[in-house]
Amino acid sequence: MSYATQKLAEEKVFKDPVHRYVHVRDQVIWDLINSREVQRLRRIKQLGTSYLVFHGAEHSRFNHSLGVYEIVRRISDDIFHGRPEWDESERLVVLCAALLHDLGHGPFSHSFEKVFALDHEAFTRKILLGDTEVNEILSKVSTGFPEKVAEVIAKTYSNKQVVSLISSQIDADRMDYLQRDAYYTGVSYGHFDMERILRVMRPLDDQVVIKSSGMHAVEDYIMSRYQMYWQVYFHPVARSAEVILRKILQRAKELHGLGYKFAQPPTHFLSFFDRSFTLKEYLALDEGVLMTYFQLWMTERDPILADLCDRFVNRRLFQYVDFDPGKDYKKLGELAQLFHSAGIDPEYYLIDDSTSDLPYDFYRPGEEEERLPIHLLMPNGDIKELSRLSQIVDAISGKRRTDYKLYFPAELLIDGKKKAIKQQILEMLREGGV
Amino acid sequence: MLQEHAKIVDFIATAEGVTGRKKLQKMIYIMKKMDIPFQEKYEFHIYGPYSEELTARVHELCDMGFLSEALEDKGSYVQYKYSVTEEGQEFRKVLGKSVLDNPLTAEKLNAKSGRFLELTATLLYFDNLNRGEQIDKLHVVKGKLNFTAEEIDEAFAFIEELRS
Repeated sequence: MSYATQKLAEEKVFKDPVHRYVHVRDQVIWDLINSREVQRLRRIKQLGTSYLVFHGAEHSRFNHSLGVYEIVRRISDDIFHGRPEWDESERLVVLCAALLHDLGHGPFSHSFEKVFALDHEAFTRKILLGDTEVNEILSKVSTGFPEKVAEVIAKTYSNKQVVSLISSQIDADRMDYLQRDAYYTGVSYGHFDMERILRVMRPLDDQVVIKSSGMHAVEDYIMSRYQMYWQVYFHPVARSAEVILRKILQRAKELHGLGYKFAQPPTHFLSFFDRSFTLKEYLALDEGVLMTYFQLWMTERDPILADLCDRFVNRRLFQYVDFDPGKDYKKLGELAQLFHSAGIDPEYYLIDDSTSDLPYDFYRPGEEEERLPIHLLMPNGDIKELSRLSQIVDAISGKRRTDYKLYFPAELLIDGKKKAIKQQILEMLREGGV
Repeated sequence: MLQEHAKIVDFIATAEGVTGRKKLQKMIYIMKKMDIPFQEKYEFHIYGPYSEELTARVHELCDMGFLSEALEDKGSYVQYKYSVTEEGQEFRKVLGKSVLDNPLTAEKLNAKSGRFLELTATLLYFDNLNRGEQIDKLHVVKGKLNFTAEEIDEAFAFIEELRS
């Protein structure tokens, strides 16, 4: 028996709060789960700074990766198995891609990526193809197998059905994270009838479609997604923590560039400051490492770095006001000047942040939007785009919602010297139209 | 603040407007690959490299009134045309200095069709491969578009021209 088809003597099961059990029979999958690079995902939280708002949200990217694997395993083994439109030989590649799709995420992924101009997808590829345990395992399957898995995750794989299962407007990734994040945050949104959706998924030509009888379950999924984005993922307080996190990393980088002598040198970050990092150095980082630095930097001589770290560790977050950049960008410049006059560096203490989401999008002939629409399979075999049949989806299709906030440290504006200027700042902020 | 927004306004102003969302996506991607410091993150989607962040930013700029979006009816299909408004021209000044070393780059890109830019951007996406592998990959991910050898040669020559 080849390594690709080798089964474990006994099925392994992981207890899981979302799917009840995650089932593993394949030796390859079991070996991948036990690799150093997959185990590292236990030390990276799925929701970044959201735990500072929803205290239950401490779950890791490891939990989520297993969840995505389990959903894809069920689709492949139970739903698509035996269907002529599904190529059974793709089973192992799609299972590996599901398990490994988030492998390149770093600690507090989005903030870290922004400050150091990194791309977690590129790291996923490097881990799959580089000198790693994961690569060693995948290479044992067959020559070129690591490249195939990398292509599925990068969405450049030739079989688009396989890509769609991992990445589309209704994919295993989203189906897992919506339910998992809802469970761990404790919110009541995010729940939908996944069992029903899985039962009505069908492979067809170069896509995965949904039988029209499952349309209402899909509507529920899209509304859950909409609610989760605005209630959990874009929560303004979690964004405040993320802003501070970004500014800590930015400050450390700036101080290093200025030749500042750190009491606790940023050893783990040095190669990121000058962009000379290796894959090994990237994999050595996790949220435990970052939090240790933040704790130690709370007593640095640099008052900005020390203050920002204290804010993050002890949850003394920035306050925020709504902000209309189209109308108020000039006032924002005035406000930055006032911050300078008050002795507060606006680069670190006055931060605009925007976030937006498009809950569902459809195809516009000519413009060729980049999202594959969800297609329904009608009883007569016709294919119809979801928003043409669903009024509720039609109502939110193509409609992007954006939220702008301005973050600042309220208590620094109340105490201390230069009260008149600070009062002027507070009045501008209170007026709303910053 | 809002520097990344200002860069997009600056580019569209320099190009004197851009017709086609896909075209704009590919133009910014190609410039990123030429080391022009746009920060929008790209991933590979159905039509090649695509940035959700850029889509969101352009939408925000329309909301802010700095860009206008006009729907152009091309008969069998529609396209969106983006132009910089008067308010946008005023906003553009916050950037201070253009990110484009050479304004001709914007013109050169704008003179090309969406199809050609899609081809060029896709080849650039696979620029870690050798030329033969890039072409093989192009045919896998863009098989339906049937790019000809002449088009591919032209795209490689265009990349060289931009890099020189």
